Amino acid sequence: MTKTIIKTFLNGILYENPILIILIGLCPTLACSSSLSDAIGMGISVTFVLVCSNVIISSIRKLVPSEIRIPVFIVIIATFVTITDYTIQAYFPALSKSLGVFIPLIVVNCIILGRAEAFAYKNNVILSFVDGIGMGLGFTIAICGLAFIRELLGNGTLFGSKPFFSNPILMFILPPGAFIGIGILISIWQYIKKTSTPKIKPCNGCSLSSICYHENMEKK
Amino acid sequence: MNFFELFVIFISAMLINNILLIRFIALCSFFGISNSFKSSIGMSFAVIFVMILATSVSWPVYHFLLLPLKIEFLRTVSFILIIASLVQFVELFMKKYFIPLYHALGIYLPLITTNCAILAVAFLNIDYNYNFLEAIVYTLGVSFGYTFAIVLFASIRERIDIAPVPEFLKGYPIIFFTAALMALAFMGFAGLFGIH
Repeated sequence: MTKTIIKTFLNGILYENPILIILIGLCPTLACSSSLSDAIGMGISVTFVLVCSNVIISSIRKLVPSEIRIPVFIVIIATFVTITDYTIQAYFPALSKSLGVFIPLIVVNCIILGRAEAFAYKNNVILSFVDGIGMGLGFTIAICGLAFIRELLGNGTLFGSKPFFSNPILMFILPPGAFIGIGILISIWQYIKKTSTPKIKPCNGCSLSSICYHENMEKK
Repeated sequence: MNFFELFVIFISAMLINNILLIRFIALCSFFGISNSFKSSIGMSFAVIFVMILATSVSWPVYHFLLLPLKIEFLRTVSFILIIASLVQFVELFMKKYFIPLYHALGIYLPLITTNCAILAVAFLNIDYNYNFLEAIVYTLGVSFGYTFAIVLFASIRERIDIAPVPEFLKGYPIIFFTAALMALAFMGFAGLFGIH
């Protein structure tokens, strides 16, 4: 039992990281990563909604008929999103202003509906809780990593502190920087994956390999 | 209400604050559907169609039902249910009465329920305090901007497929870098006609 719990927990952070590996939930990741404080706010909000909806859905999973499960999931998720939205508006007005429409948009975040459908509807309450924490942490780590790169390079600051150097690369806090940042993160991950599992292909090293017939056949 | 104000709303929504490349909404469909030119056009028309329908339903619901009854906190729940049921209804209606249109847009309609652009536009119309006419013009601008960006991007992606790409940039990273260059180009629209 303990082994399953640890495996479920690490699954969300490492093996099935929603952002870096499965590439879902990109909208809030790119939009809310221009500063570290926004990124942490977004990460905590998503984790909260994910854990609560996972726990509720797995505890009522035997009562919900499978034909109407998606509308039921959406209503449960929307309820927690509304709670989060109003809590942030009341206690963190500055954060609410900078995250804007992305707080209510958590309701259509693919991570949350995806975990409800793929995990919480099939597993018990404890495992769903752990899965929610793991997936939420995986999301938070990825969004904070991106925000760290973007805020440091684009503004020269961390958490809005004094700038560490002058003449930062302004482009990184503007929209193009988000795409470049996530592209760099994913290519680093691909590099680690490919170098840690060596694979010898017959066409490796051939200059035509990207357009060659054999290579394209392999992809299909 | 003069014509120029509506024009400003339209241009700002379509080019300057482009929903995909500058606002980062609906990126799942942006990267998911843009691998072929044909499907990106089909998806764009479905988005234009559903977005205008969704705005013309969600705006009256908020202003004539939720506001008078003082239940604005039900905004998120009611909008997502309205949009999901609207899409289902439109799909059934088209299947029965507009069969050619159903064959053209049919497979994209269920995907639209989870397209955050539709829901985001419904929220933004409320947040910006637009009246009904402005809301419709804003929706048109956003959906045309979506079409413009995704069709251009799909055309570029067809070229990337046959281009020699460094090994570790294959797949998604090179697509993200292309999107970054497009976003940089779209930022050049800022200040067009003096609009920011």
